Amino acid sequence: MGYALNFNLIWRHFDKLWGGLLLSLELAVISIAIGTVIGLVLAVWYVSAGRTVRAIIAAYVEFIRNVPLILLVYLVFYGLPTVVDLAYSAPTSFVLTLSVYSGAYLVEVFRSGLEAVPRGQLDAGKAIGLTPWQRLIHVRLPTMLRITLPALSNTFISLFKDTSIASVISVPELTFGAQWINFNTFRIVEVYLVTTAMYLLTGYILLFGLRLVERRFRAAR
Amino acid sequence: MASQILYALPFLAKGFAVTLWVSLLVVTLSLVAGVLLGVGLVYGPAPLRWTVRVFSDTIRGIPILVLMFFVYYGLPAIGLHLPSFWAAVLALTLFKTAQVIEYLRGAVASIPKGQSEAAMAIGLTFRQRLTYVIFPQAFRRFLPPWINGVTDAVKGSALVSLLGITDLMQAINQVIGRTYEAMPLYILGALIYFAVNYALSLAARRLERRFAFIRE
Repeated sequence: MGYALNFNLIWRHFDKLWGGLLLSLELAVISIAIGTVIGLVLAVWYVSAGRTVRAIIAAYVEFIRNVPLILLVYLVFYGLPTVVDLAYSAPTSFVLTLSVYSGAYLVEVFRSGLEAVPRGQLDAGKAIGLTPWQRLIHVRLPTMLRITLPALSNTFISLFKDTSIASVISVPELTFGAQWINFNTFRIVEVYLVTTAMYLLTGYILLFGLRLVERRFRAAR
Repeated sequence: MASQILYALPFLAKGFAVTLWVSLLVVTLSLVAGVLLGVGLVYGPAPLRWTVRVFSDTIRGIPILVLMFFVYYGLPAIGLHLPSFWAAVLALTLFKTAQVIEYLRGAVASIPKGQSEAAMAIGLTFRQRLTYVIFPQAFRRFLPPWINGVTDAVKGSALVSLLGITDLMQAINQVIGRTYEAMPLYILGALIYFAVNYALSLAARRLERRFAFIRE
């Protein structure tokens, strides 16, 4: 024991953590946005597609969900450029990886949501003369979104936490900032206490915001 | 290329064994700790309930990577020296324990209140109520998500590579360091992880279907 807490060095290098947190959020937001598009398109496609397309989408989902994210991050950053003629920075590479990764998780969320939309609603849409496209936009997707919001919030929060893996390819996000302070000041306990608090606080603020959105849409019934 | 990878196979197998060993330890230890703390969360006195709640919400609110660095670098700083292997296992176990607590809480909460009231009415003690009434029913709800969660433990174990432990992930990186065959080796690694986890998730799905007859 005999470890005296001293946060001075942490505050002196706080920009590493603060800037890191902002980058973490940026990585999360961009990846989730791209992942949501992938997820929505593939989920809508899946529920109306034939067997072959379903099998391909399922293969994508199962493969990504059963492989460690850190391996995918390495694969895209160190592996992919050796076989295709591409050059990208570490943050771009990570966004690419996390987008594909979140896409796989979001396909599942949206797909189960689409399947939970009551049949009667679609029939009603047909009855009042909506075209298939209008039924999708005005009936199916809004109902699906309402059903999936709680699961969606959880997935978003967990993807935000997954941005910490970007530190393994030296993207200067929050975890990387924490490690930098760890190695350079040796105020180990302090830096991880502060980092923990920052992740927790951000996570709960995000969760609170998402719960507000959920409540708003639940009330709209 | 093929011969180099073939040559590396025994080394990768050794790493794979470490991955399985870490996963097994984490899964077993967290099962014990998680069930005990979960029972504490559901039935314990208020101070215990609050402690477990704070523990679980804190652990689940931060990335595993941060937790792992905290434990790995933090323990020696306060004078506790664990070999890096055990520090890594401890960190992963803490994380998994928080998940097991939530599975258990969810499973117990899904059992209708009438069940424990009925058990109380026929004069069963607390322990008897748990052993003969609540747990046999809650078990069926607990098992499928828990097995699904085992795949998380296997995936999470890849992070121990960052602490210099030669698991499958680290073995792959080391072979790449020697051979520069990045893509084939990462794909091989991905396939190995996939095979293990996919088998586990299939098992979870089968169990879920088997237990689906349980009424809400």
